[in-house]
Amino acid sequence: MSNLEKYTNAFVEAFEVTPQDATNLKYQDIKAWDSVGHMGLVSALEDAFDIMMETEDIIDLSSFEKGKEILSDKYEIDFSK
Amino acid sequence: MSLDKFHEIEPYSLSKDKKEEILFSELKELTQKHYESCPQYKNILDMQNIKPSEITKKENIPYIPVRLFKEYELKSVQDDEIFKTMTSSGTSGQAVSKIFLSKENTLSQTKTLTHIISSFIGKQRLPLLLLDTEMVKKDRSMFSARGAGIIGFTTFGRNTTYALNENMEIDIDKIEQFFTEHGNETILMFGYTYMIWQFVVKQLEKRNIHFNIKNGILFHIGGWKKLKAEAVDALEYNKRIQGVLGNVKVYNYYGMAEQLGSVFVECEHGHMHCSNYSDVIIRNPKDFSVAEFGEKGLIQLLSVLPVSYPGHSLLTEDEGIILGEDDCPCGRKGKYFKILGRIKNAEIRGCSDTYEKR
Repeated sequence: MSNLEKYTNAFVEAFEVTPQDATNLKYQDIKAWDSVGHMGLVSALEDAFDIMMETEDIIDLSSFEKGKEILSDKYEIDFSK
Repeated sequence: MSLDKFHEIEPYSLSKDKKEEILFSELKELTQKHYESCPQYKNILDMQNIKPSEITKKENIPYIPVRLFKEYELKSVQDDEIFKTMTSSGTSGQAVSKIFLSKENTLSQTKTLTHIISSFIGKQRLPLLLLDTEMVKKDRSMFSARGAGIIGFTTFGRNTTYALNENMEIDIDKIEQFFTEHGNETILMFGYTYMIWQFVVKQLEKRNIHFNIKNGILFHIGGWKKLKAEAVDALEYNKRIQGVLGNVKVYNYYGMAEQLGSVFVECEHGHMHCSNYSDVIIRNPKDFSVAEFGEKGLIQLLSVLPVSYPGHSLLTEDEGIILGEDDCPCGRKGKYFKILGRIKNAEIRGCSDTYEKR
């Protein structure tokens, strides 16, 4: 599975959305992505990539796109792989 | 100075003169903003003949009684900009405060709380034991201050575990397993002052169970009213926590649903501290004049965070004393103070630290 697939999967698992819907999501767009759901997403991402995110990054993780940026900039996840 | 600038500097770094200048200009701006955007707030100021543009010092920033948030819907944004409505979970039959938060306001609250708490525990997330029940987050539509506090705190943790079951009984097996797994790490704990006392300390003592945490940090919030009735002060409280849990640093903090985010944390020397984001003024309850340091009076709380509701300057129903400024032995800058409790004859008011027996 590519990193992008793994990443998308975390959203699919955490919020029960389709991969297509996941790519446009922003925090609080859907009911499932509230503050509780947010921590569920963080666990899913941490499990998928075997990382531990810092508190600051969890707060900055405000959309599907933003999350990719954080993971590639700070956790060395290469989304071209 | 925009709020981003506040987030970039250490949260207890501004000394008196610098802080005075920065805080005053922020608060004056907020007063002007709320005057223009919240009709009820404008009325309050107009009645007292206060013009925001003419305010010249921090002490003259108008304050409103915190109970107004129960009586009126005070907001400084259009309804479609309201992102979340917070309520204080007052005991049944009592009016609850309603706080209207925009997206911007919610975000700055979260950032500020993170900035303040991280300065005590570091940036790394720690194994988190919540001294509460998971039930608080089950009903997500009921966004009470208690639930919000718990959920807010999970950001600082990992492997989050709840110590109490749905009947508020302590789950010994679960806690033991948690300590076995994380015994060699710094363990973070969070809960509400009285609930920790009632459902953790007393229960463990009764069953004669003592854990041996090597390195723990506990943050608790919620008020001392019921503990006072049992003649338990902070010293006794901390000692008894350490008695049942082990080597735990205990931090009490103070904040209200009406000013979430810019909380006040008690340092290692037992002093409640204002951060860069907030300030405290003590007022004489007879004429509301500003009290000297060391004089008892009503606590007025100032915060630079409230933008979507006029809550940047509030007169609480709590009494306190300012102990000093910039010179606490812990090294943190800003005023430090002591909270003495609710004033007599204040409306009986529940807070997030409530649990109704069914």
